[in-house]
Amino acid sequence: MAKMIKLDDKGVEFLEKIIELSGETITLCDQCGTCSGGCPFIIEMDVNPSQIMRQVMLGQKDIMNSKTMWICASCFTCTVRCPRDLDVSKVSEALRQVKLREAIDFIDIEQISKEEAKKLPSIAIVGAFRKFTG
Amino acid sequence: MKTGVYLCQCGGNISNTIDLQKIAEHVKEKNSDILIQENSHMCSGAGQKLIIDDIKKHGLKKIVVAACSPHFHEKTFRSALQKAGLNPYVLEISNFREHCSWAHKNVPEIATEKAKDVIDASIAKVELDFPLEEKKMQMGDEILVIGGGIAGIQTSLDLGDAGKKVTLVERKPTLGGMMAILTKTFPTEDCSACIISPKMAAVQDHPNITLYTNSEIESIAGHRLHFEAKIKKNPRFILDSIDMDQCLICTKCVQECPIEQPNYWEQGIMNRKAIYIPAPHAIPYKYLIDKDNCLHFKDGSCRICADICPQKVIDFEQKPEFIEIAADNVVVATGYDIYDATEKTVFGYGKYKNVVSALEMERIVDHISEKDPPREVGKRVAFVQCIGSRDEQIGREYCSRVCCMFSIKLASLLKQAKPETDIYIFYTDIRAFGKGYEEYYKRAQELGIKFVRGKPSHFTEDSETKQVMVTVEDTLSRDIIQSEFDLVVLANGMGLSKASEPIADQLKLAKSDDGFFKEAHPKYRPVDTLVEGVFLAGTAQGPKDIPDTVTQASAAAGRVLATLAQKEFSIDPVLAFVHQDICDGCKKCLDSCPKQAISMNADGKAEVNEALCLGCGSCIASCPIEAIDLNYYTNDQMYAQIEASLSNKKEGEKRILIFADDNTVYRLADACGVRKMKYSTDSRIFRVPSGSRITSNLIRFALSKGADAVMIGDSPEKSSRFDWANNVTRDNIEHVYKILSDLQIETNRIIFKEYNAGALAQFINDVDGLAEYIGTIVPISQEKREKLFTAVRGE
Amino acid sequence: MKIPYFPGCTLKTTATNFEIPAIEVANKLGIEMVELDRWNCCGVVSYLVSDDLMKHMAPVRNFLRVQEMNTTGVVENENRLVTLCSMCYNTLSLSNKRMQKNPDDLQKINDFMHREETKYDGSVEVVHLLPIIRELGWETVTKQVKKPLKDLKVAPYYGCMLLRPKDVGIDDAEDPKILQELIGALGAEAVEWDSGSRCCGSYHTVNNKDIVINLSKGIIEDARKNGADVIITSCPLCAFNLDNRQQDILEKDPEFETMPIVYFSQLMGVAFDIEKEKLGWESNYVAPDILIKLIT
Repeated sequence: MAKMIKLDDKGVEFLEKIIELSGETITLCDQCGTCSGGCPFIIEMDVNPSQIMRQVMLGQKDIMNSKTMWICASCFTCTVRCPRDLDVSKVSEALRQVKLREAIDFIDIEQISKEEAKKLPSIAIVGAFRKFTG
Repeated sequence: MKTGVYLCQCGGNISNTIDLQKIAEHVKEKNSDILIQENSHMCSGAGQKLIIDDIKKHGLKKIVVAACSPHFHEKTFRSALQKAGLNPYVLEISNFREHCSWAHKNVPEIATEKAKDVIDASIAKVELDFPLEEKKMQMGDEILVIGGGIAGIQTSLDLGDAGKKVTLVERKPTLGGMMAILTKTFPTEDCSACIISPKMAAVQDHPNITLYTNSEIESIAGHRLHFEAKIKKNPRFILDSIDMDQCLICTKCVQECPIEQPNYWEQGIMNRKAIYIPAPHAIPYKYLIDKDNCLHFKDGSCRICADICPQKVIDFEQKPEFIEIAADNVVVATGYDIYDATEKTVFGYGKYKNVVSALEMERIVDHISEKDPPREVGKRVAFVQCIGSRDEQIGREYCSRVCCMFSIKLASLLKQAKPETDIYIFYTDIRAFGKGYEEYYKRAQELGIKFVRGKPSHFTEDSETKQVMVTVEDTLSRDIIQSEFDLVVLANGMGLSKASEPIADQLKLAKSDDGFFKEAHPKYRPVDTLVEGVFLAGTAQGPKDIPDTVTQASAAAGRVLATLAQKEFSIDPVLAFVHQDICDGCKKCLDSCPKQAISMNADGKAEVNEALCLGCGSCIASCPIEAIDLNYYTNDQMYAQIEASLSNKKEGEKRILIFADDNTVYRLADACGVRKMKYSTDSRIFRVPSGSRITSNLIRFALSKGADAVMIGDSPEKSSRFDWANNVTRDNIEHVYKILSDLQIETNRIIFKEYNAGALAQFINDVDGLAEYIGTIVPISQEKREKLFTAVRGE
Repeated sequence: MKIPYFPGCTLKTTATNFEIPAIEVANKLGIEMVELDRWNCCGVVSYLVSDDLMKHMAPVRNFLRVQEMNTTGVVENENRLVTLCSMCYNTLSLSNKRMQKNPDDLQKINDFMHREETKYDGSVEVVHLLPIIRELGWETVTKQVKKPLKDLKVAPYYGCMLLRPKDVGIDDAEDPKILQELIGALGAEAVEWDSGSRCCGSYHTVNNKDIVINLSKGIIEDARKNGADVIITSCPLCAFNLDNRQQDILEKDPEFETMPIVYFSQLMGVAFDIEKEKLGWESNYVAPDILIKLIT
């Protein structure tokens, strides 16, 4: 069944919030797919980066439930290729921030075994906690 | 009597609001030796006759007409003056209708007071008006066309057919340009070489066209319809058409030449010898020797061709020839370069064997049906769109307009020749805008070519099979396609031809943001340039397909014909000049002119080249001693009219002087009047060629004489003939700001605004805003005004 | 040449095998890296949203130390801050660019750090050691080579943070050459491959290590396919993901053939013949036998 989309002011607010946070003019996205085609994490994602851009433009807040923004590791591969010079990494970060600011973290320290923790370099732990906690 | 003042009632349009009787009394009171006349319609035959008769009868030397905007009847009255034997430039028009009676219709008394100021300014200025002569330049019928592609060919043929003398210069050894490389053309699939060959031949045979191929523009200079060019004809190393020695094209030399090089006209998919004829349809059909690769030129080790030639026409000693020509007009038809895809390293062009450019594909497809084609394409072929177009990572924002269609064409031709080929076109948008294009696109779909909406991110090459791995999102299904292709064809976009850059520099042609040559106006003067006498044809001006190129080339020919049909060309005398007695040779003005019209003469003084000057007035501010000046808007004339217009100001009144550029803002103010739109009655509007003419001295002078605010209005840079002027204006204003700050005078009194032609409301809003502002602040004290005055003229 | 140096956390803990040989080879090239006193963690990853200004304070605070080293004369007129770790380089650079481009942001950060005696003036330039070496000229490197790495095939692995985004990249984002040039200067052969700037999975190694295992495996296999004997890197997180995660790859795929992952500084150390104790092989998970053989 097709998903029915209702265009409303809440959607516009969501788009504007993400534009403000990311500093990227999301409406500029041409949907060429370069970001998705080059993303090294694409196979792990449930929603393609280009699709994220599209859904945000249409104010579809349920995109926040996708894994994609958490999978994006800000590797900037899309950033240096976007024909419209948009920075999709910043959009992912903005989406993560919206969630994290609702005090919903994406990582739990308890998940990590003591043995793993000992092995992991500090750079990994600090990086993950900075990206995944509010 | 010296001056005649004519008050027009305009059938009541003026006289119902402005008390012309009062104006006449005011003028008489202020000036003794003056003739005043009133008439219902000054623009009518009777009105004009009145002026002519008075000039003859009373020996009038200067004329002021108070009537409608000069944009309506200045020309009418100028010709009346001429008929009476006066110079047309000793005339002033007082804009009573648009700027007084219509704009302030509701307050007739105030409108009358404003009219007094307006006519006083005109009378003061006309006193200082002096005769100006329109210089005439004779035009001939010689045209230089640079570039022998389809654009240059079409322009040359049109002009030649019209009886003009054309010199056509082509850098490559054959005519034809890019079209000579293409296989078939979209959407008709007619053979490119077949349709351009007859035109190439027609150029060669045309009695009015002199053709130089293998030749370059060594230098070109000139201005305003007179150009001089030096053509460098590079040697072919073959003796040229001297009866006895003529080359018979026996091909013996080619058979024996040991050197093989990639052939440009086959885009490197086939080779040629070091002695060669570029293409089967080359015009002229003549041999040349590739000096860079010929062994004789490398180390002298080979002269086989010369030895074997039965006609002995090979001449290794041939030197470049230089030909100097003069031209009245120049047409730049220098074409485009395809985008060099090696810059986009992610696509591996130049590195991966099976990634080819669009032009290479033209040649591959052209040979594909041969028994033993020089290059096979394999089973699966990808066309990738927007390579070097619509890509801000490489600074190319624009669409190249032709790539969708040539890819569709190449794919269609390939599919028809090799139906087993599996063809995909990866695109972002398909732009099939031309006649028959959408239908052609549909036919390609019918042929089974698959259009996939997605732009590949990058390619990799299989090091063994040399297949190209393409990773791309199908943005419509959101699936990621990752697949090997036997051949990937890039849709290289268009960019300005690099070879045209030195020509452009010498002719001082401007470029648009996309890097192509800029037309004088995108709508009304699309084939003219801002350099008079230089026209654009074809892709030098921007990406185009063949039909558009040919259309534009004919348009350029039409513009040349229209220009040359005038036989004589007159130069508007409103130009800068230098007071030779004042100039101290400091050279500060030289850099102020973007047209490089100012130079130093033998006396060590600055001098203006009237053929180059466009009369913007930007140079005036650069002179610290007011030695450089502008006809019809001289410093003395400006000071006089400013002072006169403020002479009636009474205690407690306010004045805003508005200096409006003649092209946009003055007309904008007229339009406000026409629509009876009200704005502050404190305003007094002056016509100037550009805001940059208003120096900081003039602004200070205006304030010293009683102005409370000054507004400068000009066209936005992009739509101005003087696209440099607004920066000068801003500098002038900055300069004033400093002086005002020192004297603790509000800098907000001075504003500079840019207006588009329709911005009436914005204009009024700004004028009223300024009026409101000066109403709220304390007026400038007399002491400060005096200080400003001393600062200006040192008096 | 004396340059202020920011080591970062990991170089002092799990990646001493990066730092110690780096300092040693830099010295041999005449570069003295003077460690900042009182440096603090850069934050590892940069914050990319517009309103997270305070998160940029940690990087900026380190720049004060560079200014102070200049005023106290520890270094002379040296506004560069050199880093080794790619992530530190990237994070410090991005914060610095933001401060340099937005004076208002800089002002706010300075106001917030009002207890600091120094105010950041935007003058510091964050650099990576590699371009500094490139500036010296590759022939200078070659001159120090005692043991040319003949016949050694090295895969240059840049990862993300040295190259992207473009305005902080040390080389062309899509076609970098600097590591290939270094490898050549050391007498080894640089492997041509497509995975040199492909992400290793970064911090996902903490709570989603399967991503990292898949990506690392792909990268290593590509290197092997193109004939590499060893992969070099400049990032302790890439090193961990490519090197230590081979243990996890092996658990899943016992057939997997391991590949040594070493820091570029270790490779230089071998070629420069520095004392083998300083090379820190014991910290590498996959023992780089091919290199160890060279020094014994």
